[in-house]
Amino acid sequence: MDWTILLYKTIFLFIILLVTLLVAMYSTYGERKVAAFMQDRRGPNRAGPFGLLQPLADGVKMFMKEEIIPLTANRTLFILGPSIAMTTALLTGVVIPWGGTLIIGGREFSMQIADLNIGILYVFAMVSIGVYGIMIGGWASNNKYALLGAIRAASQMISYELAMGMSIVALVITTGSLSLHDIVTQQHGMHWNIFYQPLGFLIFITCAFAETNRAPFDLPECETELIGGYHTEYSSMKLGFYLFAEYINMFISSAVITTLYFGGYNMPFIDQLGLSPNTVTLLGTAFFFVKILSMIFLFMWIRWTLPRFRYDQLMNLGWKGLIPLAIFNILATGVYYYFTELT
Amino acid sequence: MTFLFYMLSAIMIISALLVVFSTNPINSVIYLIICFIAMAGHYILLNAQFLAVVHIIVYTGAIMVLFLFVIMLLNLNKAIIPQKSQLTRISAVVTGGLFFLVVLAATRQTFEIHPRYPFTGDIGLVKEVGKALFHEFLLPFEMSSVLFISAMVGAVMFGKKDN
Repeated sequence: MDWTILLYKTIFLFIILLVTLLVAMYSTYGERKVAAFMQDRRGPNRAGPFGLLQPLADGVKMFMKEEIIPLTANRTLFILGPSIAMTTALLTGVVIPWGGTLIIGGREFSMQIADLNIGILYVFAMVSIGVYGIMIGGWASNNKYALLGAIRAASQMISYELAMGMSIVALVITTGSLSLHDIVTQQHGMHWNIFYQPLGFLIFITCAFAETNRAPFDLPECETELIGGYHTEYSSMKLGFYLFAEYINMFISSAVITTLYFGGYNMPFIDQLGLSPNTVTLLGTAFFFVKILSMIFLFMWIRWTLPRFRYDQLMNLGWKGLIPLAIFNILATGVYYYFTELT
Repeated sequence: MTFLFYMLSAIMIISALLVVFSTNPINSVIYLIICFIAMAGHYILLNAQFLAVVHIIVYTGAIMVLFLFVIMLLNLNKAIIPQKSQLTRISAVVTGGLFFLVVLAATRQTFEIHPRYPFTGDIGLVKEVGKALFHEFLLPFEMSSVLFISAMVGAVMFGKKDN
């Protein structure tokens, strides 16, 4: 291993970590502003100009709150729960290609931390470990509402993981690679996968909503039935970790959706402009973030527009709606490529 | 590499022992999950990234979640150690020791195993695994998928409410 590469990767890792946290932090602000906009209110506007310091104030508040661990709770697991949720949420970002290659001093530096051969499956693995954060936390609280919320969350996430995986199978048939880097480079020049896999995209985004426990699939923390769901007993920064992990997951899943279906860091008409490679890379990264932020806006838009599902409706949609559709999508894609490859 | 190997092995063995020795079933499940993750680490050391990730998705992410489910719903959070009589304990120790002896004798006598596929760096990558599964082992692969379907149908039959 070359020392410059190692140093570069370490610095880049920290930058990605900071950016992820920053975006997640301002997503909480964005969420409240979007909610206010949808409901014709003003939203947070006291802390700083336009209320921009609100996330900081919230963070300080979270830290200052008294920390309560219930006497009947399992102490170790109670602490382990939010830690797993936060760690797995942060780990996913390493396989996402945040940009093309930068050329510094005649050497190429890729703006992706790890180009794994199985990139997209890695994301799935992290998501499936993330279930434990919620389940362990909910169980360790020793509270029936928390346990019910945890069980709802786990069954929901397992059910929707299947349909999500199947929608990815169709995408992999189209791209012929599991590496996120390859998938993005193939979409260069407006060959975005959404045009080739519209049904797969719809299935994937529905499942992404369910995986991040966002409305209309936020049954694990549905206040009207379960008080607060799996994090009922949590307070202080542990609660903060759970809430924060949700926003990080939202950011990462927006990034994954953009990478898979909206061309990642590719910009339309970038080749015609005749810019230097480094400018192209930086512009691409900026454009990638614009796409991600619009996707986050979509997440919020849907949250404040649609009512929550009932639990049986949720399961019916997952098992009887999305999975057959995803299987049909795989079949259709397979048949199409079988016949076009032959000719 | 060697350091990583020994560290992963140590984690695996210790967590595997803790699975058996911990009295709380929830702790057992969690140690088993740790054991599986360390095993995925071993796959990665062999450059079998695909196997490692599938192992995490299937075993850690799906099967163990179901285990955890069942244990949580059965509410086995109190330590339950069934009280056995002295005779049962002694006979268990004797039979366990004998079994260990047999295993030891058997492994001492085994000749060196010659792998059918010599180890190459990319044997565990998606392309190689896919080629092996869909060319040479196509029939067993398809048969096992039929087996899975029959298991699923069976589960649905059991789960169906009687009309």
